[in-house]
Amino acid sequence: MAICGLIMQQLSRNKFVSPTTAGTMDSARLGILVSMLAFSSAGPFLRAGSAFFFALLGTFLFMKILDKIKFKDAIFIPLVGIMFGNIVGSITMFFAYKNDMIQTITAWLQGDFSMILSGSYELLYISIPALFIAYLYANKFTIAGMGEDFSINLGMNHRQVVNIGLVIVAISTSVVVLTVGIIPFLGLIIPNIVSIYQGDNLRRNLPHTALLGAVFVLFCDILGRVLIYPYEIPIGLTVGVIGSGVFIYLLLRRRSYA
Amino acid sequence: MIKIKNLSKKYNEKTVVNNVSVNIKKGKITSFIGPNGAGKSTLLSAVSRLIKHDIGEIMIDKKEIKSWKSNELSKKVAILKQSNNLNVRLTVRELVSFGRFPYSQGNLSEHDWEKVDEALSFMELHDIEDQYLDELSGGQRQRAFIAMVIAQDTEYILLDEPLNNLDMKHSVQIMKVLRRLVDELGKTVILVIHDINFASFYSDYVVALKNGKIVRQGPTNEIIEQGSLKEIYDMDIPIKQIDKCRVCVYFA
Ligand SMILES: Nc1ncnc2c1ncn2[C@@H]1O[C@H](COP(=O)(O)OP(=O)(O)OP(=O)(O)O)[C@@H](O)[C@H]1O
Ligand SMILES: [Mg+2]
Repeated sequence: MAICGLIMQQLSRNKFVSPTTAGTMDSARLGILVSMLAFSSAGPFLRAGSAFFFALLGTFLFMKILDKIKFKDAIFIPLVGIMFGNIVGSITMFFAYKNDMIQTITAWLQGDFSMILSGSYELLYISIPALFIAYLYANKFTIAGMGEDFSINLGMNHRQVVNIGLVIVAISTSVVVLTVGIIPFLGLIIPNIVSIYQGDNLRRNLPHTALLGAVFVLFCDILGRVLIYPYEIPIGLTVGVIGSGVFIYLLLRRRSYA
Repeated sequence: MIKIKNLSKKYNEKTVVNNVSVNIKKGKITSFIGPNGAGKSTLLSAVSRLIKHDIGEIMIDKKEIKSWKSNELSKKVAILKQSNNLNVRLTVRELVSFGRFPYSQGNLSEHDWEKVDEALSFMELHDIEDQYLDELSGGQRQRAFIAMVIAQDTEYILLDEPLNNLDMKHSVQIMKVLRRLVDELGKTVILVIHDINFASFYSDYVVALKNGKIVRQGPTNEIIEQGSLKEIYDMDIPIKQIDKCRVCVYFA
């Protein structure tokens, strides 16, 4: 998930873009709902497919909106993304409400590891080849992050690379949303932290980002379990609280630079 | 050789480059001069396929620019744009290594790293090669970009105002590097430059643009001359001969 954020940030050339702040997660959720409505007995793969399709569509739409916006302020863009995500989210809610599915859909709202049952987590394996491709394309994503003119000068097909990146992001996001639920901010803060001490060379960063992401999630999970033992705080909530804190810190840090 | 024939480019009805024809000789430095908004950057971008032209043709080594494969062309022509606001956190060395992308597709061989090192030494960047670009001064960053273009090792090197942000010492350093690239390695350098004294001292040919049209082109000493400059800039610029070099006194 953290890796998704990293790729997205490079592609959109903005440090505050991630699956949470670009509507990818909300779109994936809409996809799940649609699949549940359309095929009531949908198996995990059909759901994943639908989530993937919508996540891709949503992220694509967001990138198109970014293209159109002339005024590219680093803080403005994630705001647009969050608004976009909320719009998609409310569409989801609307349909869920109409069809008495609020309960089911809110279950996806918050990431919760305790809900993972065997049989559904196998889906996560789908994201492994996606991450492998991400590693192979790492250098191309870095060049794409340097902008279209740089890409053309170096003889690289900018559009194609961006599209591949978006597909990878959509695959991984939908798989994660489907199995765990929404884990907010993970894709945002981890890459930013890695970038501060490591720079933006994607190939070198990928392993660090993955590792730090995993450690962070594990930490939050344990914290969530320990804090109100013997109960458990959903991982989405813990990450959300800590994540938004770090997010605000990053915003402030940026301010003091400018 | 690069042949530009009857080239025109419009931006919403406004003709920015108007029926321009130039032949750029191999193994020489050609400078484009002219007032702001004359269309110099647009012309350079068209020659490096960053933008598409409307009318006319651009032949690069006898082949029309559109029929070149993008990857092949990137081993032939390198461009550095006028402004490069990267918000990517890379070290100088990493940036320069991306200049090898057309050859390596990202997996650099021993030979590629040699070229990277060569480019770094050419630009005297070894002391700051591990520093991040966003922690450098504007001039240091500009030199890093030039090193990247040198690492790309192309026959044609296009530079749009490469002396932006540079102090006198480094301006001279870069012009000398360009001269060496041409004289020792046989490259062809095409640049846009505002300081006509640098153009006068270091280039072989000068092409002057104004309002999208060519006003003058030819060997440097035919263009750096009071009459031509008056036509290009609408200024009376006295020219003084100091030893072997013509200096334009354009301050008053
Ligand atoms: N993307 C664009 N859209 C619309 N007009 C443009 C665009 N790019 C350039 N122009 C216009 O084209 C004209 C020529 O621009 P260009 O950048 O080629 O000038 P220049 O000779 O490089 O000037 P300078 O010395 O200031 O760099 C200008 O009038 C500019 O307003
Ligand atoms: Mg220009």
